[in-house]
Amino acid sequence: MYTEKVMDHFQHPRNVGEIDNASGVGTVGNAKCGDIMRIYLDIDENQIIRDVKFKTFGCGAAVATSSMATELVKGKNIQEAMQVTNRAVMEALDGLPPVKVHCSLLAEEAIHAALWDYAEKNHIKIEGLEKPKSDIHEDEEEEEEY
Amino acid sequence: MEKLIYLDNAATTKTSPEVVEAMLPYFTEHYGNPSSVYGFAAANKEVITKQREIIADVLGAKSNEVYFTAGGTESDNWALCAAAEAYASKGRHIITSKIEHHAILHTCEYLEKRGYEVTYLDVDENGIVPPKAVEDAIREDTILISIMFANNEIGSIQPIAEIGKIAHEHGILFHTDAVQAFTQIPVNVDECHIDMLSASGHKLNGPKGIGFLYIRKGVRIRSFIHGGAQERKRRAGTENVPGIVGLGKAVTLAASSMKERGEKETELRDYLIGRIEKEIPYSRLNGDRVKRLPNNVNFSFRFIEGESLLIMLDMKGICASSGSACTSGSLDPSHVLLAIGLPHEIAHGSLRLTLGADTTKEEVDYVVDCLKEIVPQLRSMSPLYEDFVRRQEKNKD
Repeated sequence: MYTEKVMDHFQHPRNVGEIDNASGVGTVGNAKCGDIMRIYLDIDENQIIRDVKFKTFGCGAAVATSSMATELVKGKNIQEAMQVTNRAVMEALDGLPPVKVHCSLLAEEAIHAALWDYAEKNHIKIEGLEKPKSDIHEDEEEEEEY
Repeated sequence: MEKLIYLDNAATTKTSPEVVEAMLPYFTEHYGNPSSVYGFAAANKEVITKQREIIADVLGAKSNEVYFTAGGTESDNWALCAAAEAYASKGRHIITSKIEHHAILHTCEYLEKRGYEVTYLDVDENGIVPPKAVEDAIREDTILISIMFANNEIGSIQPIAEIGKIAHEHGILFHTDAVQAFTQIPVNVDECHIDMLSASGHKLNGPKGIGFLYIRKGVRIRSFIHGGAQERKRRAGTENVPGIVGLGKAVTLAASSMKERGEKETELRDYLIGRIEKEIPYSRLNGDRVKRLPNNVNFSFRFIEGESLLIMLDMKGICASSGSACTSGSLDPSHVLLAIGLPHEIAHGSLRLTLGADTTKEEVDYVVDCLKEIVPQLRSMSPLYEDFVRRQEKNKD
């Protein structure tokens, strides 16, 4: 069902983790549809992404696209990071099954959400960047107990 | 590759070698069409009758009440559509539950589009349909009640005898999808007041592509497949003789081993449940602890997603299934897990392990050991777990 690259990134995900005092953090997706991605960015004064980490709740494709997206933006400046589209992530993974394409979209959105957070914190505007739609911080914070 | 550990027996089972052996002559030697006149072929008619008797005997039914079909899904479709059509002059209301198999639910949706009204009953938190709810849902125009004998995902065994009694008292036709229950637990059509019952061969170590529908004598039901005179003209088409022979053999074997197998599986099931509950934190057993199929274990592991878990288990040679959306091709997790009240993200993290007659304690131990490794690994990359840990730390301060 998955390509070798997807399986490789699922089994050995790159850049899993958190960054303390990150320059930007973005969380997208929701528990309802079963995928949540969080990206942490560490961006230096020259707007270069020095480090990137991710955490993902989701299927194999969700983990693999997060992992690949972090690899693609690491070391890039923020304008270059904006060019990392879902298509680029998918191509880098040698493709995804059609039902999993939304995972790659989520990866792109997660990067954008983290960049948006960085831009807000630093009061700058990033060319072509729009406010993320599906940030879960706002409405799904409460704990569901059973 | 290490040995395969198959714990998905609710999906399908291995065809037992005795069943294959019984079937083989019906491909190459006794291949005659049972409807033919000459003795060589006509003997197959008797062979089919014999299998019908075997099944009827297990159900406490008469042999001419058993109709062979291509499987459980066909039986469910036939029972619902044909009964709805036959009784349409009496009414157009059907009662079923929210935890039925899609073979029932999607057939009900089809009937709704054709002018029938369907009540989908809620279940309790253990996945049991309360008989009182069935009684309360009955209307003047109710023509059919269809409640599964036992659930395929969480194994909950329904109070079929009580529900059947209610249906019987109100003079309403009662169908049950017994695909998971038949030969796993005792099923008697008279004791449970069952008018129609669906079952399938490949769930009980029989072949795929064969099943049956039990139809009580006197039930008005339309023919489903039109053609020749096979199956008393109700389900036409040349009989799947090897399949029928295989089903008969599988039922013979499964019925005779049911008690012993059930006891062994129940013990192993409860051992597996106990180990997971004790050794993996934030896990939750789904379904009833006691009114449960002997071979079913279903857990939700919080903060992780089912498909990831299945891939990790697969890499360790373990076959299992999940109610996660990602394994169903839709965005919604299992309708059964939502019906018992699980929030979406917990339903996404479900794992179903269904034991077989051959499952050993060693295999179960290996699975738990793997889960103890995989679950924390997936949690370590889950943002939901990260948030949970942070909240806990905050609460401590």
